[in-house]
Amino acid sequence: MANYPKDLRYTKDHEWARKEGDLVRVGITGHAVEQLGDITLVDLPAKGTKFGTHERFGDIESVKAVSELFTPIAGEVVETNKALDAKPELVNEGAYDKGWMMVLKPSNPSEVDSLMDVDAYEKYVASLDH
Amino acid sequence: MESGPQKRTPLFDEHVALGGRMVPFAGWEMPVQYEGVIAEHNAVRNAAGLFDVCHMGELILEGEHAIAVVDYLVTNDIKGLSDGQARYTACCNAEGTILDDLIIYRHSPTKVLVVCNASNVEKISKHFEKAAKDHCEFRDVSEETALIALQGPRAADVIWDAKCAASTQKLASFHFAKDQVGGVDCTVARTGYTGEDGFELFCAWNDAPKLWRALMEAGKKHGLAPIGLGARDTLRLEARLSLYGNDIDETTNPLEAGLGWVTKFDKGDFVGREALAAIKEAGLTRKIVGFEMTGRGIGRHGYPITDAAAKHVGIVTSGSPGPTVGKNIGLGYVPTAMSEVGTKIGIEIRGKVIDAVVVKTPFYKRKKD
Repeated sequence: MANYPKDLRYTKDHEWARKEGDLVRVGITGHAVEQLGDITLVDLPAKGTKFGTHERFGDIESVKAVSELFTPIAGEVVETNKALDAKPELVNEGAYDKGWMMVLKPSNPSEVDSLMDVDAYEKYVASLDH
Repeated sequence: MESGPQKRTPLFDEHVALGGRMVPFAGWEMPVQYEGVIAEHNAVRNAAGLFDVCHMGELILEGEHAIAVVDYLVTNDIKGLSDGQARYTACCNAEGTILDDLIIYRHSPTKVLVVCNASNVEKISKHFEKAAKDHCEFRDVSEETALIALQGPRAADVIWDAKCAASTQKLASFHFAKDQVGGVDCTVARTGYTGEDGFELFCAWNDAPKLWRALMEAGKKHGLAPIGLGARDTLRLEARLSLYGNDIDETTNPLEAGLGWVTKFDKGDFVGREALAAIKEAGLTRKIVGFEMTGRGIGRHGYPITDAAAKHVGIVTSGSPGPTVGKNIGLGYVPTAMSEVGTKIGIEIRGKVIDAVVVKTPFYKRKKD
């Protein structure tokens, strides 16, 4: 059973969001990584791009498949994880730390609080299994 | 998407116990991966891997005319085989397009085994049964015949430690023999689908778990790993082996698919010969090529191939990262004029054209010892 960090918020598309002052860091969960397998390419948006909630912000590819990445909240991209260009496997190695995807400046600072907390996400993932 | 009840091979419980992730494939529940596609790929390139290929089809033709019947249905020369020899071939319809790719095993002057793809068992079984009628006996033994592939540079060590005959360990490429391995009666062939040395072992359906366990046990000290469909695909792609349903199908002919080497016009008449001769005479309009991504992206099955002006000129049939070659590679059809090695092409990936180049294949070739 994957261990989901308690300080994060989660989405049904298996993205996580972490409040860092005025900003929100975004990545994908251990559950998503497990499902994808070996990550071979991560396509992230340009700095300054503005997104609404649940908009496709990029793509993540494993050996076998392509999956879309969705924003957990609305906001503007202030930074992306450049290290993933050369080393997409960082997502496999650390989904919640070195495998982060981007940092957003939220359009609405409280939107992140409306996402699932760890308990709700754990229940949600359990409900998906079989 | 595939739905409905899926069949299980006799090795289903082994896969689950080994942590295999089961997925529907050609009507079967098959393991797509255990430890991970890249780790499994590397195990086969560096040590050895074990594959469940029980889902593949096996047909037996028996009788005085069995060889002649099979020879007429396929593009390669089957009459020239000796007992204990196998040969890869295409099997075409009258239009010269590909019904399936097969391996034909000559057991004796009157007995031939045909191995076909899981997705084509029904079609190929009917096709061969119809041709055999009044000429020789025909049996579809797909669901009583198990098939396990043991592949990799250590495969010969593993099969030896599973107690095979000395002659089996020394089988020449594309030859086969009856033997007992791990106490199980089987037919062992020096064939495979990975670009590595290795064996494929046929046995009775119910004996498969015993054979699988014996090989897994013998392979422990050689680094043998169970391998899923994911790595099976990356291994065969690096070795530039065709995948039916991707690189070849009923819309492609063997000449444009790079299977001219198994199309023997001089062997006598066969189904599709006339059409293929006309295609050859007229000249090929397109050819399958290998490509390497030079830009950042993975060209996958179904993505358009473009020319320098971003115009769609072809289609990717297979594509993925090549873990051993360390590049994103693929196969696809392009106009003949663009098939030369070094030709710059583009692959349209989600609306963006990414640079790629036509390269020599196979992408990976093992060092022969």
